[in-house]
Amino acid sequence: MKNKPIIRICMGTGGIAAGGTEVMKAFKKQLKRKGIKADVKKHCLLHKVGCRGLCAKDVLVDIIVNKVKSTYQFIQPDMVQRIVDEHVINNVPVQDWLVTDDYHQFHNKQIKVVLSDCGTIDPEEISSYRAVGGYDALKQVLETGSPGDTIKTLKESGLRGRGGAGFPTGMKWEFCKNQSSPEKYIICNADEGDPGAFMDRSIIEGNPHAVIEGMVIGAYAIGAHKGYVYIRAEYPLAVERLRKALTHARKLKFLGKNILGKKFNFDIKVKLGAGAFVCGEETALIASIEGYRGMPRAKPPFPVYRGLWGNPTVINNVETLANVSYIIRNGAEWFASFGTEKSKGTKVFALTGKIRNSGLIEVPMGISLREIIYDIGGGIDKDVAFKAVQTGGPSGGCIPASLLNINVDYESLAQVGSIVGSGGMVVLDENDCMVNIAKFFLQFTQAESCGKCIPCRIGTKRLLEILERITAGDGRDEDLELLMNLSYDIKASSLCGLGQTAPNPILSTIKYFREEYEAHIKKKKCPAGVCRDLLDYAVLAEFCTGCGACKRVCPAGAVSGERKQVHRIDPELCVKCGACFEACKFKAIGKG
Amino acid sequence: MVNLTIDGITVSVPEGTTILDAARSADISVPTLCHHPKLTPFGGCRLCIVNIKGVPRPVTSCTTPAEDGMEVTTRSSTLERLRRTLVELLLSDHPNDCMVCEQAGNCTLQELAYFYGIRENRFAGERRVYTKTDNNPFLERDMEKCILCGKCVRVCDEIQGVGAVDFTYRGFSAKICPPFEKDLECEFCGQCVTVCPTGALTGKMWRQKGRQQGIRKVHTVCPYCGCGCNLTLHVRDNEVIRVSSREDTINEGWLCPKGSFGYGFIANSDRLTKPLIREKGKLRETTWEKALEYIASNSLKIKENYGPDAIGGLASARCSNEENYVFQKFMRAVIGTNNVDHCARL
Repeated sequence: MKNKPIIRICMGTGGIAAGGTEVMKAFKKQLKRKGIKADVKKHCLLHKVGCRGLCAKDVLVDIIVNKVKSTYQFIQPDMVQRIVDEHVINNVPVQDWLVTDDYHQFHNKQIKVVLSDCGTIDPEEISSYRAVGGYDALKQVLETGSPGDTIKTLKESGLRGRGGAGFPTGMKWEFCKNQSSPEKYIICNADEGDPGAFMDRSIIEGNPHAVIEGMVIGAYAIGAHKGYVYIRAEYPLAVERLRKALTHARKLKFLGKNILGKKFNFDIKVKLGAGAFVCGEETALIASIEGYRGMPRAKPPFPVYRGLWGNPTVINNVETLANVSYIIRNGAEWFASFGTEKSKGTKVFALTGKIRNSGLIEVPMGISLREIIYDIGGGIDKDVAFKAVQTGGPSGGCIPASLLNINVDYESLAQVGSIVGSGGMVVLDENDCMVNIAKFFLQFTQAESCGKCIPCRIGTKRLLEILERITAGDGRDEDLELLMNLSYDIKASSLCGLGQTAPNPILSTIKYFREEYEAHIKKKKCPAGVCRDLLDYAVLAEFCTGCGACKRVCPAGAVSGERKQVHRIDPELCVKCGACFEACKFKAIGKG
Repeated sequence: MVNLTIDGITVSVPEGTTILDAARSADISVPTLCHHPKLTPFGGCRLCIVNIKGVPRPVTSCTTPAEDGMEVTTRSSTLERLRRTLVELLLSDHPNDCMVCEQAGNCTLQELAYFYGIRENRFAGERRVYTKTDNNPFLERDMEKCILCGKCVRVCDEIQGVGAVDFTYRGFSAKICPPFEKDLECEFCGQCVTVCPTGALTGKMWRQKGRQQGIRKVHTVCPYCGCGCNLTLHVRDNEVIRVSSREDTINEGWLCPKGSFGYGFIANSDRLTKPLIREKGKLRETTWEKALEYIASNSLKIKENYGPDAIGGLASARCSNEENYVFQKFMRAVIGTNNVDHCARL
């Protein structure tokens, strides 16, 4: 029975969106069909697993026969029968559908700590997590360690908060431990809201028990008996798997009263966020749990001194907590061996945008941006030029091509005007307008400002208005200076992190792409060809074959011309929708 | 006690005092819009930002406790630039109709605009436009003038214990309103009007009755109940046009709906200003002397003819404890009856 075939189907949110559920059903059906004859079902394990990382190639399926693993990509239900017949039954992999070199290249430079079991274990089975050493760290801490030892290990590991600010986790725990209060809390911040970020979601969907184990260890270290996971309601799958995991953990005495027979009680409640980005800010998050409107308050006092209901509270990010059990099991030294002097360990990034291998990656701190984008991400399409990478979401900045060799760690990214942040990484190419990108992020932060403080509520609105007029061709000569001055004032005077970092996308794009702003303001041109109001479409006579494709798609009747004659676009009628540009097969439509 | 220096001046304050209170105790003025000494610090308007030596970014003095050895600066070119930007941002989203605003001359925002000399606005842009829809009888809510300082929310929750309004929406559209943006259905105590630093909350009865010019302020005691709250009547042309209350009084400046808005009776034509005697079914005006004499002589007659229990006395909740005490004493000791009661029992 030991060598029974294992089938793993990626069923994270990305996998499900690509058809994972149907693929799963197809496998069940095919195995049942075959099982009648060969009773394969009993000998075969069918697992749904969390995010495997390379979402761009979903649905990914692993088949392990006789301990040899083969991975398939782009699997659809109609392909399953052949895989079952040829590979699962006869052990002959279907070569055509196996992953290609870039799949291996995607993984070569990654080091997986947090994600080490993500994508291999079944997130809905606690036995699956136990089989890879899950909850051993908790046992170790409760049986042989002390709260002090645990904190010492965390401090030695050099683990820093993965939510963005990078505060040393061990130190935070120690501050809280030293508070003499009968009630303390540990909160897991799973209110991941940055556009383009899906690290925390994937971790909870792929390995919820690692987060729970981290929380129980943390609670033991600081002396808390109650914990909360504050998670977005927009993550239904993560919530479902987390709740399942909590129930399983309670059954096996990893949660609840007298955990593992010791005199230690701790339980976790799940609190759903109602969709406010600002609730990721710790004081707003606390207010939200308490039942108030999610609005930040001034710090100090910090939550470790006065947090939930006025009691000392540790708030850690999902990824931070998911690291804990691996650090305890493998030792602080092992963890500290990854990364740089000040930024230890690994970091999970959500790699998205104009990149070939978009997905979830985990890399050692200090890896160069170039390695992430070109070696892991596979670069971008050949005929377009790389322009910038936006890190840290709406609080972060854009890093231009000239700085691709910088190391990705807390200090280096801060030096160039960006941040590690929670780990979003959006790749931009020459077809992206940087003013437009800044505008996008400002639209987000403005809409998500809680409205409590003036600079964030009105200031970001004014920044957005200035960007809107620049992209509409109404930019004024003094606008660049005004943008920068207002940005500095908002950063200096805002109450919480949201406002203090909201101008970063503007400041970093002005810093590295000033000429693009100037082209918008002075020449009334968008060099990337994005800002509609600044574009003119015209037929390039030398390429036009007079096929009429542009004329057919034009919704405004702006294109005229006889068949096989050079066509013409009437600028008065043109609504600049770009339909002709897309429709022309001869590149005979020019825009600019 | 903690000792700190603020703008070079050594200040000694009890532990737990905020930097703002410490500064004000030393007569150092720090501008604020969202601060109120009796409400929880909010830290929203950011005007009270100060620099503390060794702390990289400015902090709000209203939320930061003073600590021993702190070196605080309340004024610098950077801090003043930031404050100016904040006021300018507020004014960029304000009707700026001080000419016709009820609160002109009594408006903190107007005062700040004056001190920072803001006329042109670098940030002129979209303004929130709301139609006034609240049909409640007392409070005029002009939300275009609201700066979201949250004082009304806090006073309603923390002082009055009602919680009739709160923050809603997000970003530029953030707004303070009753649940589901319905009409205000509260006690109408008017505490929110009292603390509002702009013309967003005013009394409906105040409209175009007069602002700061030609006003005589008369300090008096509220006649409505025995609490004896202190009132300040704003009198213009011998008409009470507004009622407020000073903070340095027994009621700390807080009033109830009657005290705040129940002054309409003063100039009402139905109000009795002279005693009346009913003769043959008709009421006739008379003087106090004659009226009292009439009561005294008739009371004695009734007492002699029918006994003291034929007389009953009804006192008023609008009298003070002392007045009501004297009244029952009079009924028991002079008239000789226990037939004495009080309108509050009705």
